[in-house]
Parts: sequence; structure tokens; C-alpha cells
Amino acid sequence: MSKIQNGLRYSEEHEWLDTESAPAKVGVSAVAADALGDVVYLDLPEVGSEVTAGSTCGEIESTKSVSDLYSPVSGTIVEVNQEAIDNPALVNEDPYGAGWLFTVEVTSEGPLLSAEEYASKNGGEL
Amino acid sequence: MTAEPQAAPHTATEKRTALYHQHAALGASFTDFGGWQMPLKYGSELAEHRAVRETAGLFDLSHMGEVWATGPNAGAFLDYALVGKLSAVAVGKAKYSLICAEDGGIIDDLIVYRVAEDDFLVVPNAGNAAIVAAELDSRLAAFGREGVALRDASVETSLIAVQGPNAQDIVLQLFPAEHAEAVTGLKYYAAVELEAQLEAGSVPVLLARTGYTGEDGFELFVANGRAAELWTAVREAGESRGLVPCGLAARDSLRLEAGMPLYGNELSRDVTPFEAGLGAVVALKSKEGDFVGRAALQAKKDDGAGTTSGRRLVGLRGLGRRAARSHYAVLKDGQQVGEVTSGQPSPTLGYPVALAYVDVELAEPGTQLDVDLRGKAEPFEVVALPFYKRER
Repeated sequence: MSKIQNGLRYSEEHEWLDTESAPAKVGVSAVAADALGDVVYLDLPEVGSEVTAGSTCGEIESTKSVSDLYSPVSGTIVEVNQEAIDNPALVNEDPYGAGWLFTVEVTSEGPLLSAEEYASKNGGEL
Repeated sequence: MTAEPQAAPHTATEKRTALYHQHAALGASFTDFGGWQMPLKYGSELAEHRAVRETAGLFDLSHMGEVWATGPNAGAFLDYALVGKLSAVAVGKAKYSLICAEDGGIIDDLIVYRVAEDDFLVVPNAGNAAIVAAELDSRLAAFGREGVALRDASVETSLIAVQGPNAQDIVLQLFPAEHAEAVTGLKYYAAVELEAQLEAGSVPVLLARTGYTGEDGFELFVANGRAAELWTAVREAGESRGLVPCGLAARDSLRLEAGMPLYGNELSRDVTPFEAGLGAVVALKSKEGDFVGRAALQAKKDDGAGTTSGRRLVGLRGLGRRAARSHYAVLKDGQQVGEVTSGQPSPTLGYPVALAYVDVELAEPGTQLDVDLRGKAEPFEVVALPFYKRER
């Protein structure tokens, strides 16, 4: 069963948001990574660009499908994870760690779920 | 992101193979395929794909159908029911064929093994197995039942495939030394009935050198009741030979790299063999008698379908990083000229590959086309198939 990390908050679209770090960090949940299959290509927003909570800001392509990436928050992109772009398998191997996607200077948050709420909705394991 | 879990929830209508519990114990994620609950992958589908290219992979293909046609007129009957000349297949050999409708549309693609002079094994796809069995029966009624018996053994037969460079070494471990030559000497598209020597005794197996991966490999037909034993024995033999259990995700990416069509993607009732590049499978010249679909297929061939008119199945190589997917539009100068039927990033080649139907005048290798990747035209080039060919 897919692991859901405590201490993070989650969007309906399976992104996680870590506001403990500054700037805030965004990635996709293990539930999403497992559902996608092996990730082979990441199209991430550009550094300095504005993202809007609940709007698409990139794509995640796996062997089997391509999915939109939604930003869980509004704000300005500070950094994108170049290591994950170069080695997209990191998203599968370590979705809450080395497989993070971008950091963002948050101006406002979209609707977010606690780890417990997200787990009860998606059947993951805390 | 909006990814939906790929593994469909289990429903009561989905059938399980005799190896279901082996898959579950290995932690497989399951998917519905052709009405069966089949392993999609056990871990990483990319690792499974690479194992088949580099060492060996093990597949459960028990969802495939098995229909026996037996009797002195079985060959002549299959000549009538299918588009190929099956009566000309030598005993111990196999032939890839098609069953077409009266209008020439493809009902299924299948492999026919001539196991003995009067025994033919027809292997249709899982999702079409019942349709093919019923269609063969109605065609037999039209042909005449004298000297031909049909038996649908799909529910009682399991099928295990061992594919990859180490496949022969692994399969050799299953048989006693005196059968080694029967295994090593088995040619591509040939099959032999042998007794596998397992711990619990010997198990009759139909061993075929066939596959759907573009690698050397074997397919082993076995009775359901012995399938788990055989599976375990293959896994043990493969332990030191890099054998990895593989799901349908890897099977799909392997067959795509090998340029092999998948029914439901490249092949359907709306497609004729000529458009699919399978004209050579249709024995219009070598068969004198009538066969189902003959008149329509002759007319389509005379019209130049798939050669000078209509559309043609081609291979596309992506020049960028993004992959084309099934149903995406193929463009030339912004106008739609075709449609993608299968596509994904090729794990072996490192670039996106796709199969697509395009207007025949754009089917030449080297032709530059675009694919509409979710609103953005990305460049693709027509390339000769297969995308991947193993070194021999």
C-alpha cells in the first residue's frame, strides 16, 4: 500500500505541500506515483513564473500516461528540482524526498487535506 | 495531477488465472484485461522491460484462448475459416494468421500451431477468445462438420512465457537431459510436446518458440492443475539467470518496440490486413478455395488499400522527448492525416515511439509529420518497423 507522509498537506490532485521548509516545497504523493507507473519525463514550471492554486503548471509523463501537474498554492516558483528532471525515476523512488518537484514563494493556498484526510480518501497508509 | 490508478478495482465478472495467487504473493498490481484480472506489474515496469531485453522475463498469459481443431479435415477447415493457408503448415510448426469478417475487417489475430497431422491449436487474444470460438463453430457449420472437431480449451489451459536472452538456458532446466536437443533445436515459430520433469513428477507441456517481445523466448502451454508447479519451477531455474516476473505493462512496451500490433489498438473490425501491413498473411494466391472474407479482401487489394489508397500502419519516432499516445491526431502542415494507435517512450531506445495509421502517401520512412500532443504539434518521423531488433 502506498505510503502517505505525515506532516505534509495534500491537494485533491495528489500533490503534497511542505510549508515547514521555506520556501514551501511541492511534490506528488506516493499514491499518485504508484498509480502513474514509472515516471519518464517531467515538465515543470519555470523559475520565476507565477503559479495559481488549482491550475495546471506542468506535466508528468510515465511509461503509460501523461498527467497534468496542478499547483496546490499560488505564488512564484523559486527553484525546480533539476535532479528529478534529469532522473525522473526519483519521483517513484522517493516521492517525499529526492523526488520533490519545485519550491514556491506562497501568496495563497488552495484547498488542502491533512495527511489523515488524504489517506482516508485515497486508501494510502500513514 | 489527475492520474487515475491504473489498476481497476476487482469486479465479480473478472476471471482469475490459475496463477493468481502466485501474482498476489509477489505483490502484483492487477488490471482488467480482456475480462481477466492480470498482473500489470510486480514492481517497476521499466525494470521488467529491461530484464526481458538483457536477461529474461516470466509472463502469465493464461488469459489467451486455446481452441483445438482436430480431425482429417481440420487443415482444410482452417483454410476456409482463416485468411492463411494453414493446411500447408508442417507438423511441429506455427503460423501467425487472422480471422476476418466477410467484409475483410479483422476479428482477431492469432497463432495456429500444427501439433500433429490432424491437430491444430488456435490461440486467439483473451478478449476475443469467446468470439473466435463461436465464429469458428459457425464457420464449421457452413464448411461441414465431417472430419473436424472443435474444442475450446481456454478455461482449462494455462500459458506461461519465458522471454529474453537467457530464456533457453532457463527452459532447458525443466526437461531431462535427453530432451535438451529438442529444446535447443526448436526453431522460431515451432512447437513440440514434451514432458517437463518437476519435483512432483512429470508434466506434459506444449513448448513453443514464440513470443511477443522481440526477444528469443518460449511459450509453455500446460493444464491449469499443473500451472503453479511449472511457474515455480521456472522461477527456480531462473533465479540465477536474471529471470524477473513481468506484467502486462512490460509486455505492451516490449511488443511496441518490436513493432507488433495489438488487437484493439492497431487491429479491429474496421481495419483490413492490407492497411495493417499484414497483406502477406492473406493467402489470396496460394489458396484456391473460398475462405471467409476472400471476395472483400480481393476487392480491397485490387483497390490498392494500404498500398496506393487509404491509410497505412506506420512506425513513428518522436524527435522530442514527449510521447504520442493512442488516439492522438497525426498532422501534416496542421491538417490531420492520421491517428496514433499506440505510443510511449521506448525504454530500450530512449526516444518516443508510436504506431499510427496515416494516409498512404505519407507512409514512406523519412516522412516528417507532427503529432498533436495535447494542443502542441510535436515533430515525429516515419521510420521502418520494427523500432527494436535484437542482435542475433
